[in-house]
Amino acid sequence: MTRKYDVIVIGGGHNGLVHAAYLARAGLDVCVLEQRPLVGGATVTEEIFPGFRYSVFSYVVSLMRPDIIRELDLPRHGLAILPLESTLTPLPDGDRLYRDADHHRTWREIARFSIRDAEAYNEYGRSLFYMARAVKHLLGIAPPDPARLGPRDIRGLLGLARHFLDLEPDQLHMLVKLMTMSAADFVDEWFETDVLKATLSASGIIGTFLGPRSPGTAYVLLHHYMGEIDGHFRAWGFAKGGTGAVANAIASAAREAGAEIRTDAPVARALVKNGRVNGVALANGDELHASVVSSSLDPHRTFLDLVDEDALPDDLLSAVRAYRFRGSSGKVNLALDAAPDFTCMPGHGPHLRGAVSISPSIDYLERAYDDARYGDFSREPYIDIVIPSAIDPAMAPPGKHVMSCFVQYAPYELREGTWDEKREAFGDTVVDTLARYIPNIRDIILHRQVVTPLDIERTTGLTQGNIFQGELTPSQLFFLRPAAGYAGYRTPVRGYYQCGSGTHPGGGIMGAPGKLAAGRVLADLQRGLGRRRGRISTSGPGRRGR
Amino acid sequence: MLLGTPFHPRTAALCGSRRWRNWSGYAAALSYEPGHEYEYYAVRSGAALFDISPLRKYEVTGPDAAALVDRVVTRSTLDCPVGRVLYTPWCDEAGKLIDDGTVQRLSPDTFRITAADPCLRWFQDCALGMDATVRDISLDLAALALQGPTSRDILARLVTGADIAELPYFALTECHIGAAPVTITRTGYTGDLGYEIWLAPEHALAAWDALIETGRGYGIAPTGLDALDVARIEAGLLLKEVDYVSSWTALIESRKSSPYEAGLGWTVQPRPSRDFVGQRALKREAANPSQWALAGVEADWPGIEKRFAAVGLPPLVAGRASRDAVPIYAGAARKGGRAVRQIGYITSATFSPILKKYIALATIRRDFAEPGSPIEVELTVEFVRHRVPARVVPTPFFDPARKRG
Ligand SMILES: Cc1cc2nc3c(=O)[nH]c(=O)nc-3n(C[C@H](O)[C@H](O)[C@H](O)COP(=O)(O)OP(=O)(O)OC[C@H]3O[C@@H](n4cnc5c(N)ncnc54)[C@H](O)[C@@H]3O)c2cc1C
Repeated sequence: MTRKYDVIVIGGGHNGLVHAAYLARAGLDVCVLEQRPLVGGATVTEEIFPGFRYSVFSYVVSLMRPDIIRELDLPRHGLAILPLESTLTPLPDGDRLYRDADHHRTWREIARFSIRDAEAYNEYGRSLFYMARAVKHLLGIAPPDPARLGPRDIRGLLGLARHFLDLEPDQLHMLVKLMTMSAADFVDEWFETDVLKATLSASGIIGTFLGPRSPGTAYVLLHHYMGEIDGHFRAWGFAKGGTGAVANAIASAAREAGAEIRTDAPVARALVKNGRVNGVALANGDELHASVVSSSLDPHRTFLDLVDEDALPDDLLSAVRAYRFRGSSGKVNLALDAAPDFTCMPGHGPHLRGAVSISPSIDYLERAYDDARYGDFSREPYIDIVIPSAIDPAMAPPGKHVMSCFVQYAPYELREGTWDEKREAFGDTVVDTLARYIPNIRDIILHRQVVTPLDIERTTGLTQGNIFQGELTPSQLFFLRPAAGYAGYRTPVRGYYQCGSGTHPGGGIMGAPGKLAAGRVLADLQRGLGRRRGRISTSGPGRRGR
Repeated sequence: MLLGTPFHPRTAALCGSRRWRNWSGYAAALSYEPGHEYEYYAVRSGAALFDISPLRKYEVTGPDAAALVDRVVTRSTLDCPVGRVLYTPWCDEAGKLIDDGTVQRLSPDTFRITAADPCLRWFQDCALGMDATVRDISLDLAALALQGPTSRDILARLVTGADIAELPYFALTECHIGAAPVTITRTGYTGDLGYEIWLAPEHALAAWDALIETGRGYGIAPTGLDALDVARIEAGLLLKEVDYVSSWTALIESRKSSPYEAGLGWTVQPRPSRDFVGQRALKREAANPSQWALAGVEADWPGIEKRFAAVGLPPLVAGRASRDAVPIYAGAARKGGRAVRQIGYITSATFSPILKKYIALATIRRDFAEPGSPIEVELTVEFVRHRVPARVVPTPFFDPARKRG
């Protein structure tokens, strides 16, 4: 039996779910098809070891759009974002840099290294605020296409120009630097303290196969900063229940609006006839029909795996083949019998509720990158740690902990051997690195889950394990994401749309691609089929809505 | 000089922020850390430990104890079973609110009443001609509130002599924490799963230490009044002298409120065959309702954002709960012509971190108090006053199933 829907969404990651929720709220009959037994994609919580809940992949929420949280009423569906207010950078000699919400304490802490830096720190934060405010506008709009210059594109470009011209000249100057410089050079203009510079520039390398001194990484740093400027709305922090709770809340909102979500339903290909999509074939051979199919998978899967090449123009195919994934990160999730005891801050304390960054110096990060450039995982990796159970007691049994370690670099392509052979050696390297700062770590590990880029790819379908569905470097952003001329969520196949992180504004738990793509679909439907059926509203509460 | 409660040796050591408020002459921590955000989330995600010792506490004993309590408060308490707790206000003869608190029935002729402010003389005067004794036991009882989703698990591990897991909402039990005899009531001021613990001051520190120690694995956090103020607004719970003015402190008649006007009409339980203080006046008011009512208000977030964005700012509304009165106007849909009519005022407001909404408790004209009524609230941005759209919503704003479950 075949069932016909208005829209089929391929992939139940958070963007596919956001996309489905908005379309269902507009009154469309929507079905989400997710290959795994659970929704979320890179945004899942799983109890891999009994009693301990891992945020297996993504671990903090930083960019989730406030408008989506509000419009889908995600708090009512269970989303709660707990504060994550400090960053501890332990140093090999037992010293540390600790920054938290206590402005004055942070000042004193930085001043131990350099009073000039302590003073520059506030100004740095303010400048980034201006930059983020200017760029944040982009997160909420579909990218205009400068190559096409239709009326919509021109209006969009003018809007953008106005937005940026509001900046003071020196701010505009800084913005240009951010788009082109390396993270290390950028922070170098502000600070002299190595550990501070290293930790700040570390957010510029996350998810890229670039080092802190590689040009273009400054933008990634800004991308990560953008979540912090929503005032009291504050969508930045740790999702109660792990990042899977974000996906579950969105799924609940989508279901309430009438969307159907099928798990264990891998899609083999999109059905295309005469340049038009009319459904999908599942891996088990079943066919489901719909006049709109949206893929939330990355550009590689969306264009090269799910549809026949002859349905697509050559320029798109070659652009997608050149699109850079280059997975460079892994994760190690640990179940701990007790709290980790840091040499630099012994015992319990608020530092356990914040982020811990293993980034003692710029050279350390750059050396970690050097290893990866030649096809090895870093012998001493950059590690971004959170201890979810110290923030949300429900993540582990009382007194025990889970620790999430995001690790870079772990290049997808290894010089020698395979990731299946090297998985545990990689895990050992991470634990050895941790042990330098947390002497009790080896004694308290109850269970270890090592997630290599290959595991990321196998589990979530993220090509080469790239965490953002493609690097967030300027050549792959905005009207270039995923390819020039194909950034408006449509594809050359009529009715076939893209709605995942591989489209503007990119990766991270953000929801913006899913929502913006839904706007595109609805606008197109309103012009065509919508008029015929006359039952599409762009803001309604949905078929089963309240 | 502010006094310290029996927990002061611990709370003072923990209060790194050195931020204290004067609560009935005692030093009460506003927040232990520089900001209250983490403590707020302890209420909603872990367990928050509050020192609530400055509350006033009274003991009513004697053969007429039940009759006396029933005469004082608006809720009928004669038939309150032993082991139950009731939330109730009490009024003057004119049916205007004096104070509010909980009534615990410890035995057939023993009650405990909590109050925000001193009431001994009033309770004793009301006892005229009755065989009942009222004592001020404020100094004899220290008190803690343990509030939040893990509070039950913590107490279940600590308490002996009672099955805490089975204690119903608004019930009490006598039990032990370590060697300390305590009364535990399943009550609180946060609208979450939570308990209040009543004990002799000499056991205070041992009980505190036991709670903190056992609570560590459950996300316990000593929590101050700033976080409490946000949580209680979300729970739609009133604060005396903020959301209503006691008839004992109001200097002019119009500032006084009846329970009906304060959203506490449900606590007015007429007793056909006996009297309680204010009953006649309240009966008259029920027949001829006041024009004022209490309402929950939710401001339109995009409207707020837009006002801030216009001056280049992110939305910076009340990082803490605000107790400043703010005017409310008839909303666009109700506005006849251009005239803007003030129809009430916000008494408490906060951004709710858990709901991601800007919420407020308000005193508002009754004809606007129905949920859904479009209204506008004043918003000051960069020293300029604006009006932003808002609507009336039911309270509590936040009401998790675990509160009663
Ligand atoms: C290790 C790691 C750490 C990260 N850390 C963070 C972080 O801390 N903070 C942050 O904001 N972001 C983080 N990210 C990035 C963020 O998680 C992703 O950018 C985001 O979750 C991607 O969402 P999406 O919906 O666009 O795509 P995905 O989550 O990739 O969703 C795609 C979905 O499609 C499904 N699928 C794939 N193929 C098929 C098929 N053929 N048929 C049906 N279904 C299919 C997948 O199972 C998946 O559910 C991290 C990512 C990773 C991998």
